[in-house]
Amino acid sequence: MLTSPALNYNLLAPILIVLGGALLGVLVEGFIGRLYRARIQLIIALLTVAVSFGWVISIRSAQSQSAAVDSVSIDGGGLFLQGTILALAFVALLFFSQNDHFAPQASALPGSPEEALAISSGQQMTEIYPLVLFAISGMLLFPVAHDLITLFVALEVLSIPLYIVTGLARRRRLLSQEAALKYFLLGAYSSAFFLFGAAFLYGFSGSLSLSAIRTAAAVSGANQIFLLLGVLFISVGLLFKVGAVPFHSWTPDVYQGAPTPVTGFMAACTKVAAFGAMFRIFIVAFSSVQNDWRPVFVAISIVTMAGGAIAVISQRDVKRSLAYSSITHAGFLLAGVVALSKAGLTSMMFYLVAYGFATIGAFGIVTLVRDSTGEVSDLNRWAGLAKKSPGVATAFALFLMSFGGIPLTAGFIAKFSIFTSAYATGNIALVIVGVISSAIALIFYLRVVLIMFFKEPTDDTVTVAVPSFLVSTGIVICFVMTLVLGVYPNLLFNLANTMTALVP
Amino acid sequence: MDISNYLYLSVILFSIGALGVLIRRNAIVIFMCIELMLNAANLALVTFSRIHGNLDGQVASFFTMVVAACEVVVGLAIIVTIYRSRRSASVDDASLLKN
Repeated sequence: MLTSPALNYNLLAPILIVLGGALLGVLVEGFIGRLYRARIQLIIALLTVAVSFGWVISIRSAQSQSAAVDSVSIDGGGLFLQGTILALAFVALLFFSQNDHFAPQASALPGSPEEALAISSGQQMTEIYPLVLFAISGMLLFPVAHDLITLFVALEVLSIPLYIVTGLARRRRLLSQEAALKYFLLGAYSSAFFLFGAAFLYGFSGSLSLSAIRTAAAVSGANQIFLLLGVLFISVGLLFKVGAVPFHSWTPDVYQGAPTPVTGFMAACTKVAAFGAMFRIFIVAFSSVQNDWRPVFVAISIVTMAGGAIAVISQRDVKRSLAYSSITHAGFLLAGVVALSKAGLTSMMFYLVAYGFATIGAFGIVTLVRDSTGEVSDLNRWAGLAKKSPGVATAFALFLMSFGGIPLTAGFIAKFSIFTSAYATGNIALVIVGVISSAIALIFYLRVVLIMFFKEPTDDTVTVAVPSFLVSTGIVICFVMTLVLGVYPNLLFNLANTMTALVP
Repeated sequence: MDISNYLYLSVILFSIGALGVLIRRNAIVIFMCIELMLNAANLALVTFSRIHGNLDGQVASFFTMVVAACEVVVGLAIIVTIYRSRRSASVDDASLLKN
């Protein structure tokens, strides 16, 4: 006897709204003339994200419950992460409005007459907006998914559009296409690992649901090897997505090659979604075998923090160095995951907000520093930026200070709370390495500040573009969030503290 | 026949795929190896479904097929674009992004 599944549309609405907006965007591509498309798509995308964010706020105090037959669980932690993703995505979309970052026609060969024609006729790839909305809907589903197959589908829904938009940069297109190829091949490779792990967990427990896996794992019996294989393979898939150290090699290449607004978007939002899902999987399904995986994760966290911090020092390219800095941050966030406690979740959520706004802001500023051929990402050519545009240089310095964890920025509070939660659960080695690698990375950040503020400008061809209204709004939001969360962290911390419920 | 043989087969297929990705240099072949890994996972899902006597694994394998189809669409598009601009589908030639 089949019964129709009960779906709680009220709780699923944030995801469905974004999916609906994406489908609407696809229709706009088909039916609206080329002249108006870009503007309409941008409005649809921003409105969709804003409405979805409003909906998340309106259901923020909903009881923890499963919304779609145990495959999606809406709870405090999930809603907080969804809200974070939507807020970050909104700001990231503001930077997408500079349409000169994207190839006018992706199918035209780089340097071909077709491309020249597409540029001169003012064509634009407005498909970017629906693609980004699809990616956002996957990101919204990922941290609230409660069974392995929903997790897998959400992972793919968030990844596949990102593979495409990575390859759509307007300038240096070969680089961008190469980044897309690398991202795609490695991403598909890691999702195959994720799926194979899911198959073994199903073999172990006879169910795909996370809670059933926990129940089965609590009774240690035969076939424990299936469980451990499953945990191993699933971890590979997730650690790849967050860019933790043995699986990080794609990060610098993809961050450098992708169009800069896209880089900001995926650096911030993918991390929120992936860490949310990771925390849920490990605390809900695998907490009873934590003695098996936790030491490995502590080691990975340590290697990630230290490896990212050491690699960042020698970087000369701004986008690449921000990529290595994001690897370091993945290490800090892993410290929150291995704490495996409410405090760990709270500090991880706060960290994700602080890191997300600073990252989007920093990449947003990279889009403004240009010469005649496009963005300038060579660090040495940023010399004396403060003389050309004090405001932009100050904002970039603030974001770097937040990455480095200087007091009075959001990054300091985030690092402090995540180390506190790691210390409380006895991971002292983690805290020590964390503090040392923060200090190492800080050397690099301070060097960038010195270059921007105290070096004479050497290159007159580098200019700071005057940001449009939307872009300056985006930078101001990121700036204010980074500062306010540093000075009044309790505004967000209290909220995060009350929203740590996870459906078991 | 012992049903666990299917699991061994699935692990062997998965390993061949995983090794192939690391060893082969042509993007299309690498992609085929990834598809092989996904199919190995499908075989494991269906086998476990048979062992446990419920249908979850079989349903999951359908989802995998759909997702694999989507990946083919996007992946081949990316590989073809690269091939058109460089006249090569070797991943070794795609090495502009080096430090």
